[in-house]
Amino acid sequence: MASNSSGGGSSDRQGIAQQRLRIIAGHLRGPVDGDSTILAAECKAQGSNTDVSSEGKTVPRRRQEIMKWNGWGYSDSRFLFNKKGQAEFTGKRYRLSGMIIPGLKDWFEGTFGANLQHKTPPTPLLTNTAVPPATLNEAFVEEVKSTGIPFSHDAEDRVFRAHGHCLHEIFALREGKIGRVPDMVVWPSCHNDVVKIVQLACKHNVCLMPYGGGTSVSSALECPPEETRSIVSLDTSQMNRILWIDEKNLTAHVEAGIVGQDLERLLNESGYCTGHEPDSMEFSSLGGWVATRASGMKKNIYGNIEDLVVHIKMVTPQGVIEKSCQGPRMSTGPDIHHFIMGSEGTLGVVTEVTMKIRPMPEYQKYGSVVFPNFEQGVACLREVAKQRCAPASIRLMDNEQFKFGHALKPQVSSIFTSFLDGLKKFYITKFKGFDPNHLCVATLLFEGNREKVLQHEKQVYDIAAKFGGLAAGEDNGQRGYMLTFVIAYLRDLGMDYYVIGESFETSVPWDRVLDICRNVKARIIRECKDKGVQFPPLSTCRVTQTYDAGACVYFYFAFNYRGLSDPVHVYEQVEHAAREEILANGGSLSHHHGVGKLRKEWMRDTISNVGMGMLKSVKDYVDPNNIFGNRNLL
Amino acid sequence: MLSSSGVVVDEEEEEQEEEQRGLWCSGPFGLTVFVNADKMSSGAVYSHKDPMLKKRDDFEDILEERRTSSDLRYALRCYTPVLYKGVTPCKTSVLKSMVLQSDQLHYVINQVSKESGRAADDVREEASAILEEMAHSLQLSTVRFFAFMLSKVFKTLFRSICVNEEGIQRLQQAIQEHPVVLLPSHRSYMDFLLMSYILYTYDVALPVIAAGMDFMGMKFVGEMLRMSGAFFIRRSFGGDKLYWSVFSEYVKTMLKNGYAPVEFFLEGTRSRTSKSLTPKLGLLNIVMDPFLKGEVFDVNVVPVSISYERILEESLYARELLGVPKPKESTSGLFKARKVLSEDYGSIHVYFGQPVSVRSLAEGRVNRCQFNLVPRHIPRRPSEEIQSFVNDSAYRLVRAQEENMVLKPWVLLASLLLQNHHQNRAAGQKPGMALDELTTQAVWLRDVSRQYGAFLHWPDHTSPSEVVSSGLSLHRALVRVCEGRVQLAVEQGEQGGPGDPRSTVTPEEELLSQAVVVLSCASYRNQMLHVFVRPALLASAIHIASSNQKQEVFNSFSFLRNMFSSEFILCPGATVQDFEEACYLLVKTGVLQVTQQEVLVTERGHRTLAFLTSMLDPFLQGYQVVCRFLCEEDTETLTEKQFIPAVRKFIVNHLLAGRLRYAEVLSSDLQKNALAALQRLGAVRKIKGVEPGTLKVNRVMVNSLEDTLGGKLPTQKSVSARL
Repeated sequence: MASNSSGGGSSDRQGIAQQRLRIIAGHLRGPVDGDSTILAAECKAQGSNTDVSSEGKTVPRRRQEIMKWNGWGYSDSRFLFNKKGQAEFTGKRYRLSGMIIPGLKDWFEGTFGANLQHKTPPTPLLTNTAVPPATLNEAFVEEVKSTGIPFSHDAEDRVFRAHGHCLHEIFALREGKIGRVPDMVVWPSCHNDVVKIVQLACKHNVCLMPYGGGTSVSSALECPPEETRSIVSLDTSQMNRILWIDEKNLTAHVEAGIVGQDLERLLNESGYCTGHEPDSMEFSSLGGWVATRASGMKKNIYGNIEDLVVHIKMVTPQGVIEKSCQGPRMSTGPDIHHFIMGSEGTLGVVTEVTMKIRPMPEYQKYGSVVFPNFEQGVACLREVAKQRCAPASIRLMDNEQFKFGHALKPQVSSIFTSFLDGLKKFYITKFKGFDPNHLCVATLLFEGNREKVLQHEKQVYDIAAKFGGLAAGEDNGQRGYMLTFVIAYLRDLGMDYYVIGESFETSVPWDRVLDICRNVKARIIRECKDKGVQFPPLSTCRVTQTYDAGACVYFYFAFNYRGLSDPVHVYEQVEHAAREEILANGGSLSHHHGVGKLRKEWMRDTISNVGMGMLKSVKDYVDPNNIFGNRNLL
Repeated sequence: MLSSSGVVVDEEEEEQEEEQRGLWCSGPFGLTVFVNADKMSSGAVYSHKDPMLKKRDDFEDILEERRTSSDLRYALRCYTPVLYKGVTPCKTSVLKSMVLQSDQLHYVINQVSKESGRAADDVREEASAILEEMAHSLQLSTVRFFAFMLSKVFKTLFRSICVNEEGIQRLQQAIQEHPVVLLPSHRSYMDFLLMSYILYTYDVALPVIAAGMDFMGMKFVGEMLRMSGAFFIRRSFGGDKLYWSVFSEYVKTMLKNGYAPVEFFLEGTRSRTSKSLTPKLGLLNIVMDPFLKGEVFDVNVVPVSISYERILEESLYARELLGVPKPKESTSGLFKARKVLSEDYGSIHVYFGQPVSVRSLAEGRVNRCQFNLVPRHIPRRPSEEIQSFVNDSAYRLVRAQEENMVLKPWVLLASLLLQNHHQNRAAGQKPGMALDELTTQAVWLRDVSRQYGAFLHWPDHTSPSEVVSSGLSLHRALVRVCEGRVQLAVEQGEQGGPGDPRSTVTPEEELLSQAVVVLSCASYRNQMLHVFVRPALLASAIHIASSNQKQEVFNSFSFLRNMFSSEFILCPGATVQDFEEACYLLVKTGVLQVTQQEVLVTERGHRTLAFLTSMLDPFLQGYQVVCRFLCEEDTETLTEKQFIPAVRKFIVNHLLAGRLRYAEVLSSDLQKNALAALQRLGAVRKIKGVEPGTLKVNRVMVNSLEDTLGGKLPTQKSVSARL
C-alpha cells in the first residue's frame, strides 16, 4: 500500500511509530547484517521457520479467514456511516482505523447526489448453492493427492479465486451472482511442487490458472466461460519465503507468492527493502508483479519491476525457463525476461525471483505543494522530470481529487489544529488568490539520507515556486498517500449506496498530458449523460508517475446509478469509451494494470499484427495445448 | 449478466428521477455540458429522412426594438458576453505573441531558414509582418460605432431582420462549452457585418472573421473592419509555408483558447447565383485540426443561413455573370452605392442552425491515433482519411445551411415566371401569365415545396393574392404587371446602361439587358434549387433514360448527378443515398411508383414531374451548348482564359438565332461549371501547350456526353455511368 508505514499488516502500531522504528532499524543495520544471510531451507519446511522470515505470514490458505469475499481487503476494515450519519473506518489496522471522517458524508451526497436513505446492501453470505459444482478431472486429482500438495474443491475457496477487483466482478459477488469458477484450488509450497503440478496438468489436459494476490483489475482471473476442461487455480500464496539475501550484490532470492507487505517487512528486519510499493502491495504478490509488469509508487528511486528483477524462474509446460547467471545486463538476444514479464499467466507460473534490494532509507519526508491550477502543476512535474530530480514519489491530483482528499480528513482533535487549518485555507485562497475550484495539489515523498533529502526537497520546492506552487505541509502529503490505499475500501462504501466506480490508468507523452486529462474526463461525463446516468459523475484524474518522456495518468470515475436498470453495463460502456478516448489521445493501453481480458480487444492495434504474431508464436511454442488457459492478453 | 433490473426501477423512483434530471444542468460542478449534447449528436445535418417533420424555430425581428428605442443608447449599452469556460478576453498583442511563440511556428521558421539559407531572425520578422498584416484588432468602440451606423442603415434598407432566438440560445450554450466556429452562408457583402450586429444585439461573444485581402484595398473601411473583428488572408498563398503556418496557427490559437468564435465563409466567396458554392476546405481543415489532434475536447460548428428577400447586389451579380467585370472594391465605390439606400429590400431571415459537434462527425470516421507518432506541432499534409472526412463534413454543413434558408413566396413566383417566360417564348404566345393563374400556381407550388421540405415563409393569415402581389411589388424592378398579366421586365430594356437611348441598342445589347433580368430572377429561383435538386435529377433521369427500368433510370441519374456535381451541392460518393432520397420524396408525394424493377410515373405525377424537369432544363441545355461549342468551334489553341468569352459569343449567336431559349445559359458560372465537369470526366484536359492552360478537347467524348445529356444515347455507354 502507498503508505506502507501505516499499513502495518497484522501489527496495529501507529504508522508514525512504525516509521520511526524503521528508521532506527536502518541505523542499526550493521549488527544485524551477519545473521541475515541465511540460506533457505528445503521445500516443504514451513513450520520449521528456517527461512529468513521470523514472523507469521499475512495470507493464509483460507483467505476467507481474514479477507472479504465480496469486497476489498480485510474483513475487519471497512467504511460505514454510523447512526449519526458520520463516516467512520472500522478495525485497527490502518491509521484511519477507528476514526470519524466528518466531511465524507457531505462530499459523498453532494458529489454523487447519493442519499444515506437509499441503500444497496450486498448479499451477506456466500451461498454454496449459487456456486456451480466442480468439474473434476479425477485422474489429475488422484495424482495430485499422491504428491501430498494441499488442494481443495470447497466452494468458498473456489469462488475466492474466480475474480479480481474489477467493478463488474465485485458487483456480481455483492449480488450473490457467481459465474464460472475454478473447479479446484492447489497450494504448492515451493518451486518443485509447481513443477509437479504443471507436469500433471499437461498429462491430464487440465487448465491451470495461476493466482497470486487476486488484486487484478483486468478481468485476468475470470475463468473463460467457454473452457470445458477442469480449471485448476494454482494459488502461490504459500510460496512466500525469502530464500536468501545476498548482501554483496544486494539481491534477495524470493519465492514468487510472497505479498508485498510481507516482503518489505521481512527485508526491513534485515535492514533492507526492495522499494517496490504498488498501491496494492498489502495483497499483491511478487509473481503477480512480474506477470503484469507492475510499477511501484517509488519507482523514481528503485525502478519498476523490470528494473528490479535480476533473475526469474518460471515453470512452463515445456519445462523451466531461467537464465544461467545473474549478470546485471546481458547482450544475448532479446531478453527472455521480457517474454515472462507481462505474460499474465498465459505461459507458466513464476516461482522464484531474484530481486535487487537496497538498504532501508535513513530518512523519509512527506511534502505537498498547492498549485493555482492543474496546468501549472503539470508544467511543474514536467520540469522536475526534465531536471531528473523527481523525489521517490511525486503525484499531482486535480481539483476534484483535492476536494475528495479534503473530505477524507479525519476529525481534528484540537481547536488549535482546526484554527490552523482555517488560517492555511485563508492564506491560500484569499491572500494568494487561488481559486478553490481550480487549485490542485501535488504530494511528495522524499527518501534517502537526511541531508540529501533536505537538499532535494529544497530543489523541488524551488522548481514548484516557479510554477506558482506553494508548499502546503507534510500532513497534506501524507494524507494524500493514504488516499491511495483507502480508495479501494471506499468503493465498497459507495456500493452500499448506489455508487459504483473504478480507476484506470495510462501512460502518455508529456505534451499530451493536459489534453488527455481534459478529454478523457470530459468524455466520461459526456458518456454518462448519453447513457442515461441521472447525476453528473465524479470524473477526476491524477498524474502519478513521471518519466523522461512522459507520465502515468490515473483516472477515477464513479457515479450514482439510481434509475439505471443495468448499471454495470453502463459502467462498462463508459469505461470502454474512456479507453478509446485515451488511445485516441496518444495514451497507452496500460501503464501497469495489464491487459487481461478487459483490454484484449485493443492489443492488435497497440502492438501491430506482427507483434501479435510474435507473441502468439511464443505462446504456441511454450504452451501448445493451452494448459495456461486463462486467455489473457492475446 | 449482472443486470439488477427490478431492484432499481420502480415507478416511485422514476418520478423522483424526473426531478433529479435537472441536476445535469445545475449540478455541483455547474455541468451544463449536457444540455445540448443530444441535439448535437443527432444534429440537423444528418437526417434527411423526413424533413417535413423537422420542427424549426420561430423568428424574432430585431429591428422592431431599434425602431422604438434610441440607437445611441443601444450602441452604448452594457455588453457582457459569456465566453468559453469563462476565459477572460485577451489583448490582441498577447494573442500575437502566443502565435509567434508557438511550437508550430518555431518549427516552420527554423525549417524555412534552413531551406532558404536566411537567418532565423529574418524569417521570424517576416512571420511577424505577416501576422501584423493579417491580425484583427477587435475593439468594442468600433463595434459600437458600427452598431449605431448599421441600426440606421438597416432600418432604412430592410423591413425586418428576423433571427431565430432559440438558435442564439443554442449558440450561447455552445460558446460556453466548446470552441465555436460560425459558418454563415455568403450572399452579400452585408453578411459579416450583419452577423456581428446580431451577435452584439444578443450579447453573444463577437466573432473574429476571416476576410479576403481584397477588402484591404479600401483603406479606411479595411481598418474599420479590422477593428470590428475581421482578419485578412491573402486569396492565394499556395506554396508559402510560412504564410500558411502563421495563418493556421493564428486561427487555431484563437479557436483553442476560446477567445472568440471564429467565423468564415465555407463557400469561400459570395455566391453570385444564390446557389450554394462548392465548399472550400482550407479553413475547415484548420478549425477541425485542434479536435482531431486532441487539443480540445470538441469543436462546435454552427451553420448560419442568411436569406435576403431582395439581395442588395442583385443586378450587380447578374452583370458580373454576364461578363461586366467586377468593380474593384473601393471606398468611393461604396459611397456611390448610396442610391441603394433609397430602395426597399424587404426582410432578412437569419437562422442559426444546430451546433454540429466535430467530435460526433468524426465518430467512427477518423482514427485519431494517426497523430500519435509525430509531434503534433510539425505541420503535415492531412491524410486521405482526413481529407475525405473534412470534405464530407463540408458538404453536410453546406447542406445544413441550405436547409435552413428561408424561402420567400417571391422565390416561388420567380421560378414560375421564369418557366412561363421560356415556355411562352418557345410557343410564341402572348408574354406573361394572368395574375390569378400565377396565384393558383404559386399556391400549388407552395404546397409541393413544403412537401419536399422547403423552409418556406409564406404568411398563412394573408390571402394568397395579397402574398403574391406583395412579392411582386417588392421586386418591381424585375416584373411588370399590366392588364392583369404578370411578366418579366425584359421588354423595355430598362436594365441596360443608364440613359441609353433605346434606338441605338443593338440586338446583342438588348439580349444582354434582358439576360440581366432573367439572371436576377434565376438567382431567386436558385434559392429553392436545393429543395428540388435530387427529385429534379431523378425526373430528368426518367426523361432521358431509354426505359423505365430502375437500373437504367439509376444510370441516368448517376450520370446527371456526376455531370452536375460542380453545379449543385451533391455530396461526393453519395449517389445511392441521393437516388434513394429522390425516390423516397417522389414516391411519398405520389409522383412515382418505384418497384424492384421499375420506376413508373403516376397519373397525377406528371405536373410535378414537368415542373421538376423544366427546373433543370436550362442547366441541361446549357451544358449541351457548351459541349457543342467545344465540338464545333476551332478549339485547337483555346486556353482556359479565352474559354469564357468565346463560349459566351457562341451562346449569344445561338440565342439570337433562336436556337436556344435560355438566356441564363449566358451565366459564366454555368459555363465554368460545365467546363469543370468536362475536365473532371476527362473529356477536356488542360495541357501545357504553347500557352499555359491550353485546353485539349476529346471531341468524341464531348460529343457523346452532349448526346447523353440530350437523351440521345443510353447512359450505360456514356463515359461516366457506373453503379
